Amino acid sequence: MASAMAFTNEQLERYSRHIILSEVSIKGQKKLLAAKVLIIGAGGLGAPAALYLAAAGIGTIGVADADAVDLSNLQRQVIHTTQDLGKAKTLSAQETMLAINPEITVKPYQTFVSADNVMSLIDGYDFIIDGTDNFPAKFLINDACVLAQKPFSHAGIIRFKGQLMTYVPGSGPCYRCVFKEPPPPDAVPTCRQAGVIGAMGGVIGSLQAMEAIKYILGKGDLLNGWLLTYDALKMEFRKIKLPVNESCAVCGKRPSITRPLDYEQAVCDLK
Amino acid sequence: MRLTVAGTQKDYEDGLTVAKLIEIENVETPAYVTVSVNDEFAASGTFETTVLKDGDIIEFLYFMGGGQ
Repeated sequence: MASAMAFTNEQLERYSRHIILSEVSIKGQKKLLAAKVLIIGAGGLGAPAALYLAAAGIGTIGVADADAVDLSNLQRQVIHTTQDLGKAKTLSAQETMLAINPEITVKPYQTFVSADNVMSLIDGYDFIIDGTDNFPAKFLINDACVLAQKPFSHAGIIRFKGQLMTYVPGSGPCYRCVFKEPPPPDAVPTCRQAGVIGAMGGVIGSLQAMEAIKYILGKGDLLNGWLLTYDALKMEFRKIKLPVNESCAVCGKRPSITRPLDYEQAVCDLK
Repeated sequence: MRLTVAGTQKDYEDGLTVAKLIEIENVETPAYVTVSVNDEFAASGTFETTVLKDGDIIEFLYFMGGGQ
């Protein structure tokens, strides 16, 4: 599809700041237009990621979320507006993304991710962005992406801190290499309990979008094998080396996890 | 001995274990922290017995669950 596609004048203008970059050019923009990225969670992380991926011309963007827009979301979930209160987040996100870039396709999935649907959700996508807010979902997405050999960006945010890593099949550790299993419900504070500065989602979610774009372009170094941490109060980024865990239960030499698992839902709800 | 802990070099008493370092550094949610020593994961059951040595580089990796 990409190779046969000729750019219209409008496309040349819309993507001109990309096309002028030697790392993107016409060839790279065609790759972006042909790419399929799935965003799981249209919230603090997913909102900025979705905005930038739509603007970048990612041709197909899936957005999975079961929630409706709530007033407490609007401090950080910048894809939704006050007029969207009560509307399904997938629909609200789709409307904003198409308003930015009508030539992309947005596929809304009005559902929570679960062991039953995760493999079919990620099927057909080139890159997955984990924008969920709870550990069972984060482990589920990790395991599914490892099992399906799909690259994905993991991230977490809380208070004035955020972090992210990228999994690339066969090239570095997965999330479960670093954290073996979800902590018990309530053992680790959630955003709902501890709060999060709204712009943190913008910083980290945008970095997730950047990882997706670089992966699709095949340019630059990804965060596979690294955890990038950001402390906004200290205004400090750190890139921490992540070793591969050969005894990892899902990507190790003798994996014990061979299908997606549902863990007990954390107390942190998905609002 | 001198260790690099979370990117900062500091002096510590000899014979320090990973478990003691977690205590000294007042690590948040210590029961759920992942520790790497010289770019290798320290198995969680070995924190009490893993003795650190001069020049070691230690990182603490924390669960961070938020996102919505």
